[in-house]
Amino acid sequence: MPEISAGDTAWVLVSAALVLLMTPALAFFYGGMVRTKTVLNMMMMSFGALGLISVLWVLYGYSMSFGNDVGGKGLVGDPFQYFGLKGLMSGQVATLPAYAFVAFQAVFAIITVALISGAIADRVKFGAWMVFAGIWATLVYFPVAHWVFAFTDVTATGGGWIANNLKAIDFAGGTAVHINAGAAGMALVLIVGKRVGFGKVPFRPHNVPFVMLGAGLLWFGWFGFNAGSALAANGTAAVAWVNTLAATAVASLAWIAVEKIRDGHSTSLGAASGVVAGLVAITPACAAVNTVGALAIGIAAGVLCSLAIGMKYKLGYDDSLDVVGVHLVGGLIGTLMIGFVATDEINPGVAVNGLFYGGGFDQLWRQAIAAGAVLAFSFIMTYIIGTIIHKTMGLRITEEDEITGIDLTVHAESAYEFNDASSGASFAKSSAVRVSSAVKEGASA
Amino acid sequence: MKLVTAVIKPFKLDDVKNALEAYGIHGLTVSEASGYGRQRGHTEVYRGAEYTVDLVPKVRVEVLVDDDDADSVADVIIKSAQTGRIGDGKVWLMPVDAVARVRTGERGHDAL
Repeated sequence: MPEISAGDTAWVLVSAALVLLMTPALAFFYGGMVRTKTVLNMMMMSFGALGLISVLWVLYGYSMSFGNDVGGKGLVGDPFQYFGLKGLMSGQVATLPAYAFVAFQAVFAIITVALISGAIADRVKFGAWMVFAGIWATLVYFPVAHWVFAFTDVTATGGGWIANNLKAIDFAGGTAVHINAGAAGMALVLIVGKRVGFGKVPFRPHNVPFVMLGAGLLWFGWFGFNAGSALAANGTAAVAWVNTLAATAVASLAWIAVEKIRDGHSTSLGAASGVVAGLVAITPACAAVNTVGALAIGIAAGVLCSLAIGMKYKLGYDDSLDVVGVHLVGGLIGTLMIGFVATDEINPGVAVNGLFYGGGFDQLWRQAIAAGAVLAFSFIMTYIIGTIIHKTMGLRITEEDEITGIDLTVHAESAYEFNDASSGASFAKSSAVRVSSAVKEGASA
Repeated sequence: MKLVTAVIKPFKLDDVKNALEAYGIHGLTVSEASGYGRQRGHTEVYRGAEYTVDLVPKVRVEVLVDDDDADSVADVIIKSAQTGRIGDGKVWLMPVDAVARVRTGERGHDAL
C-alpha cells in the first residue's frame, strides 16, 4: 500500500468541492433556459438531487458502487460492506484516505441524477421526481458506477466489468455519467410526454445570462471532474486539465460557427451550449488523448450536438433542455472517439492506441460495447422505473397547473417580483399574527 | 380638456420629453408598452428553434392638456418622435370630463 499523499489528498478534496459546485451551476444553466413561471422548479430538481443523493451515497450508494463485487460478474457492489461508510475511517484508496474518494465520487452521483431533470422540465411533480431520483440512483447509477469506476483491488476485491474485463476507457464518466443520464432522459421523455403547447407555443429561455453563468461555473467545476479523476496531483491531472480547456473552447466555437452558417446569427445560448457539449465529450477521453485528439473531439461535439438538438422537433419528442442532444450524443462522441484518437504517449496509465495511432479496432469495439451497454441498461431500467411511478403516484402535474406555472402550483413560490405595487402580496392572516407578535416581543425586549 | 396619448419608439422618448418641456408641458406619464402595427415583430433563434415575436417594445406617453393646446401638443410629439421609418407609432386625442389634483383638490385647468 503506497503512503497517503498530502498533495493528492488536497487536490482530490478541492476537486470534490469543485464538482459539487457543478450541480448548483447546472441549476442555473437549466433554470435560465425555462420560463419565468418554472425556473424555481427547474432549480429545485437539482437541489433536491443534491440533498437526496448525498444521503443515499453515504448510507449505501458508495458501498453499492465501490464495495466487493456481488456474484463475481462485475455488476454491483455489496451495499452492506460499507453501509453508512463503516470501517472507512482507516481505509485508503490509492494515495488517498478513503473518505476523500468517497467525497469525490459522491458529487458524481449527484450531478448525474440532476442532469436528467432537464429533459422533463416544467411538468413533473416534485415528489415524483424525488422518488424517481432515489430509485434511479439506487438501481441505475450505483451499479453503473461500479461497472465503470470500480477497479479491482482499489476500493474492494472484485470491481466492475467495464473497468476490469472489457477494459473500455472512461476516465471521468462519459458512459457512467453522460450516456447514462442522456439515455435516462430519453426514456423519461417518452413516458412523461410533451409540455402543453410544445411545437405551438414558444418556450423562450427566460434568462440567458443565467445560462451563461451556469455554463461558466460548470466549466470551472469540470476541471475538478476531469483533472480530479486522476485521483492524484500529477501529470495525468495536468493533461486532463489542458484537454478540458482545449476541447471545450473549440466546441463552443464550433457550435456558434454552425449557428452562423445555419441561422445567420451566433447566439450566446449557442456558445454556452457548445461549452457543455465540449465538456461532456472530453470527459471520458481527457487522459487518453493528446491535444490534437482533444481538439478533434471538441469540434465533433460542437458540430454534432448542435445538429442533434434539432432532432426533437422532427421526431416530436419534448426533450425540453436537450439532455439527449447534448449529454447522450456528446457522451457517445467522446466515448467512441477514444477508439480512434487514444494514444499511449499521453498517459503511462493508459497504454492504449486508437485506430488512428496504429492500435487497430481493438479499443474501438471495447468503447462501443461500453457505450451501448450503459445506454441500453439505463434506457430500459429508466423506462421500467418511470412507468411504475407514472402508473402509481403519477409523474405529471395537471394541465391547468402546468399552464399556471409549476413554481406557483407545486412550490407556492414565484421567482421574480417584477412590480412591487401590482404584485398584490401581503402577509397571510396567520403569518401576520406571527410577525406582529415578534415585533411586539422585539419592542419590549 | 384632452388626454393626448402617444405610442412611440422607445429611443425617441428623450426627444419627445425635451420637446414637450420646451413647449411648456410640465407633467406627463410614461409607461412601457408593446404592440404591433405595420412594423410587425421580429424573429429570435434559440438552439436552432426560430420564434416569431409579434409584439415590438414601445413607450406610451400620456399628457393632459387644455382643449386649445391639444392639437399643438400632438404636433410637438409628432415632430419630435418622427424618424420617417415604419414603426414610428401613433398619437391620439381623447376628451376628458374632469381632472383633479390629488394634493390640493383643485379642479379643471388649475389641476393641470
